[in-house]
Amino acid sequence: MPIITYREALNAALDEEMTRDDKVFLMGEEVGEYDGAYKVSKGLLDKFGPRRVLDTPITELGFTGLGVGAAMAGLRPVVEWMTHNFALLALDQVVNNAAKMRYMSGGQFTMPIVFRGPNGPAEYLAAQHSQALQSYYAHIPGLKVVAPATPYDAKGLLKSAIRDNNPVVVLEGELMYAWKGEVPEEEYLVPIGKADVKREGKDVSIITYSKPLKVVQEAAETLAGLGIEAEIVDLRSLRPLDEETVYASVRKTNRAVVVDESWPVASVGSHVAWLISRNCFDMLDAPVELVASEDVPMPYNHRLELAAQPSAAKVVAAVKKVLYRED
Amino acid sequence: MAEKILMIALSPTMEEGTISAWKVKEGDEVKNGALLCEVETDKAVMEYESPVNGTVLKILLEAGGSAKIGELIAVVGKPGENIDALLKEAAAAAAPAAAATPPTPDRAAPPAGPTVGTAAVSSAPPAAPAGPAALERAAPPPPAAATAWEGPLGYGSYPRSSPLARKLARDRGLDIRSIPGTGPEGRVVRRDVEGFTGRPAPGYHAPAGAAAPEVPAAEARAPAVPGLQSQEIPVTGMRAAIARRLGESAAAPHFFLRAQVEMDSLMDARAAVNASAGEKLSLNAFFMKLAAEAIKRHPRINSTWKEKTIQIHGTVDIGLAVALPDGLITPVVRDCGGKTVSRIDAELAVLIDRARRGGLKPEEYSGATFSISNLGNYGIEEFTAIINPPGSAILALGETRREPVLGEDDELKVRRIMRMTLTCDHRTIDGAVGAAFLRDLKLMLQEPLRALV
Repeated sequence: MPIITYREALNAALDEEMTRDDKVFLMGEEVGEYDGAYKVSKGLLDKFGPRRVLDTPITELGFTGLGVGAAMAGLRPVVEWMTHNFALLALDQVVNNAAKMRYMSGGQFTMPIVFRGPNGPAEYLAAQHSQALQSYYAHIPGLKVVAPATPYDAKGLLKSAIRDNNPVVVLEGELMYAWKGEVPEEEYLVPIGKADVKREGKDVSIITYSKPLKVVQEAAETLAGLGIEAEIVDLRSLRPLDEETVYASVRKTNRAVVVDESWPVASVGSHVAWLISRNCFDMLDAPVELVASEDVPMPYNHRLELAAQPSAAKVVAAVKKVLYRED
Repeated sequence: MAEKILMIALSPTMEEGTISAWKVKEGDEVKNGALLCEVETDKAVMEYESPVNGTVLKILLEAGGSAKIGELIAVVGKPGENIDALLKEAAAAAAPAAAATPPTPDRAAPPAGPTVGTAAVSSAPPAAPAGPAALERAAPPPPAAATAWEGPLGYGSYPRSSPLARKLARDRGLDIRSIPGTGPEGRVVRRDVEGFTGRPAPGYHAPAGAAAPEVPAAEARAPAVPGLQSQEIPVTGMRAAIARRLGESAAAPHFFLRAQVEMDSLMDARAAVNASAGEKLSLNAFFMKLAAEAIKRHPRINSTWKEKTIQIHGTVDIGLAVALPDGLITPVVRDCGGKTVSRIDAELAVLIDRARRGGLKPEEYSGATFSISNLGNYGIEEFTAIINPPGSAILALGETRREPVLGEDDELKVRRIMRMTLTCDHRTIDGAVGAAFLRDLKLMLQEPLRALV
């Protein structure tokens, strides 16, 4: 199976879906002439021309609104936000129009639109450009939210998102674009709303998604050295959430650690931790632990920046806590 | 605070129980686990054991009367305690039920309503004061929730425990309160329940439909003697400690000295003391005291091998091996040489009680300078024990039993004989030193007066 990068996987998904359906088009800042700020749209302008790949002004609220209108009119826009930090300006279009149009029109309009771009901290970007904002979208009824962590999932989920008749927010990651992984040449889809057990284990369930998957996998290796078999559940979709896969794992291991790079208050991670406490109560041998980013604006100082985020060491410590291990 | 004694389900299908006989009366002091009454269920006559320590303040349902599950049948609390509010509450709870269903003719419980009040309570006989020694010995267990084992488990009445541990304990018919917790702040967690091999809770009944231990109906299906089952048991912290310490002990070159003791004088002396004191001093307390007195005359027995030096200890701190459901522990009575037998006995009782409830602190079971292991109760004639570090010797006591003995006048006599074996660490104790100690101990046991001279 070919090994490609996350960015190449997203590019392939866009290419395949634009080839398959003429109604699919890409718009955003620098997506055309510049091949995308992170080169996700590399070569698409050449292949599909300026009718299908549109460079927009730096006006997130404006072009997001254009996308919403285009979707209402029957097209299938993919709106690229250079980062989710900038897309805060477009939140009104997403929350008040995209998420609610189908409901408020009694089904007369569908909203087949994708909003995508990098989310979460990268490096040296300081407080305003290092935010993991998934809670903003996962909070809203009417939206779907996916957060793939591997090239395979990124391609399969973006293709499913483009084909979905509801607005889907795709959360990517600046540091993840260069991650590599196996992606088959033949076409496939990853369904929205299905979690994936990335590693099987019997001692503890670590529930995560998106970029923290990597530190969780490192932690699992360290834990294996201590004789602890961790099971890793990658949520992949945040809304709808695949609760059953999470519960099945926790019922098996009796212990749960949720790892989320958002802030801890009112986050996807805190919600999942509550769901586990609520629905696996009798099967828990320890309180559910949440490893999140520290509850502060991202420091610019690099040491503090790293210290503010989930790390393998923090995950290992949380796992030991739920296992009552003191070594 | 007074505890409500409710009719509980003593069989899975029982809805109502009839008191066959009360085994206590108002004013009686009862201990946790003591028989309160016999209850006739739909299947059999079952024993109802007290879930608490206290004094029976009120019996609300006389023998012959019946009550539905959850109805108040008695109150146990402190002597003189005011239980008006509790009785009113019970009466109020019973009133709607009484109105809805015609009263059972043979129900001897007081009529529901406001008449069950102060008058009834003040006429209760004053309870006998509890003996101070008895109270000191058995620290009261955490009070049971009003709804006994069926109720929701909160921090107030129960130890900290994980939901999974509670579920596992429920499934196995164990009272979560009887299981020592090893989690943070003593939280009972899965490993504690899985490693626990104690008995199901007294009065416990499994929820209907669950695999029910101790249920007569189940016996028809299950074989009378359960077969062997292949299983791996997790090693508890205690089991690991036993393995480690006895492994350490293996480094000591052991030798063994045996002696036979005529116990008649000591047994008679103890019986006389117990008869006059009205208190039962345990035989182990006498053994510990006399061993300490013999050690005073042979301080080398009370030593620790420290490679470069030998530590001779200034006090005789004796550990007594106590069997637990899974494992054993040696609570230590400090300075047995400086204490009376009754003081040693009182301390021992507190320590053993705490050991059985898993609450012994490390300083209460470590650092014994000498140890005693007594398997007499098991009918063991004699045995050898393994040295319990940091001590250098351990005394293994067998059963005391009547045997024919050839006296000095060549007459056969019947004597009460006990065999004991002293295990010594040869690095600190030579054969002659151990033998001299054991001879003196034997003489003291045979003639306790020698301890005074």
